This record gives sequence, C-alpha cells and structure tokens, in this order.
Amino acid sequence: MASPQPRIGVVTYLGSNDDHDALWALAALDAEAVPVWHGEEELPDLDAVVLPGGFSYGDYLRCGAIARFSPATAAVHAFAEAGGLVLGICNGFQVLCEAGLLPGALMRNESLRFVCRDVALVVERDDLPFTSRCAQGQQLVIPVKHGDGRYVPPADLDASQVVLRYLDNPNGSADDIAGVCNERGNVMGLMPHPEHAVDPLLGSADGALILASLVEAARRRALAAV
Amino acid sequence: MRATVLVRPKPGILDPQGEAVESALEHLGFAVAGARVGKVVDLELDAADEAGARAQVEQMCEQLLANPLIESYEIELYG
Repeated sequence: MASPQPRIGVVTYLGSNDDHDALWALAALDAEAVPVWHGEEELPDLDAVVLPGGFSYGDYLRCGAIARFSPATAAVHAFAEAGGLVLGICNGFQVLCEAGLLPGALMRNESLRFVCRDVALVVERDDLPFTSRCAQGQQLVIPVKHGDGRYVPPADLDASQVVLRYLDNPNGSADDIAGVCNERGNVMGLMPHPEHAVDPLLGSADGALILASLVEAARRRALAAV
Repeated sequence: MRATVLVRPKPGILDPQGEAVESALEHLGFAVAGARVGKVVDLELDAADEAGARAQVEQMCEQLLANPLIESYEIELYG
C-alpha cells in the first residue's frame, strides 16, 4: 500500500514571500502542500504547519509582531499547543518568537547589513521531527537572507533547545544559534531557508534533510491518525 | 488624552544602530560616550482620567509596543 501524502499547511501572511517556495519544496518532497490564508480562523485538517519567510505586515514595529495577532497565528498556536508540528522559517521564526511559541527574540543584524548567502551550520539535535534525517554534528549548507536575524535568547534558555548553530555566524546571534525548538520539541524555528536548498541545482540540497524530516514525521502522524 | 511611549533596547542588549550613530557623531567631532537608539510611539487616547489612560497604555506596551525580553518602555501622559 502506498503511504499517504501528509498534509502540510503553509501560512501566507500579507507580505510573506517564501510561501510558494515552501509549498513547492514540500510538494517536491512528497507532501501535499496546503496553502493557508492568514485570515483563516481554523486550520484545515493538517499534519504539520510551516510559517514561511518574508516580511509579514511590513515587519512594522518589530519583525513578526503584527503577524502574531492574525487569525491564522491563533489557529497555529492552538495546533502547536495540541502537539502539532510547526516549523517557522526566517520571518516564520520571528513570528513564533513573538507569539511566545519559541523562546527568545530576533533583532537587527550586528553588521546592520542584510545578509544573503549560503551559510554552514552544524546540527546539534538529530532526535527531533525536524532533524531526524540529519546526524548530530553533521554540517549543512543552507542560505540565509535577512536583516533581522540576530538571535537573543532568554537568560534561562536550556542548551538542549538549540537545534542548529552557525559555523560562521552571519548576524551576531548569541552562541551562534541558528535554530531553536520549544521544550516539547514540536515547534522549531530557524533563520536559514531550507526551502531554498532542496535541489543540487540550487547550490545545495541540505535543506531537504530538514524538510524531508518534517514530511516523514508528518506522514507518521497521518498514518497514526488513520 | 495623549500619550507618548518611549521604547528602548534594554541595558546589556547589543544595539548596533546606537553604535553606528555614536560612531557617526564622533566623525562629526562630537564627544559621545554612548548612544542607544529606541522608538517613540505617540498615541491619542480615549480615556476619562490619567489612571485609566496609564493602565490602557501599559497593556498596549505589554501586549504589543515593546518586547519585554529585549526592550523597556516608559509612558508619558499629556492632558
């Protein structure tokens, strides 16, 4: 029997611009990618949710600060509280931090410059639904493109919540942190863009390791729900 | 009633904008021992009295205008 395609939603806020890349990458990795409009108060039946990159609501006030109040974010909050898998990429990471689903905040790059280049990362956790295809200590090359990616952790951040670190810190993030998860391990955010690195033609396919981990975890949940 | 909210990066939080401004002021010949850059939000309020207005604006700051992890805020009220 063919395994079912897991349904993974991608939220489009006003100002999201990597939503279609995320939808494309998830579909290429054999998920049913489901667009979710920011005004939706309830999510469709989904096995995971991705909050994509971009500049939601113009990133006014602080990145992610306004998106936190959109109806779809409230629905994602409830989905995550119920144990649902949520991955935030770049602006999506900023939204998850502002929404309190992830610890910390993302501030202006130390250099004050927008950075857009491939970065090398090291995997700290390979036991999460987002990293099961990776190995601890493995190096990944995935592009970043942001002006506000400097991660500021809360004073009490548990080191075990750090999922990815930069080998060559592009933004001044504390302790080279590139990606974190919540304590429960069902919500993760990262500044690099795995959806831009799913095919060797794009310069790297390392992002597919993260997204394929998510697709696999979502598929297991879809099967368990049948 | 009007209110002004001053939002500042908390002490200890790196403020590269402040450092850039400090460096630019030094280039202009000013002796500056430090600069921090924050935000100002001017509000027009519909509130009966000062206590009510302050309570409202504090809620606004806690819920939206400032991120308590990285920013502090100060509220000024005008009649």
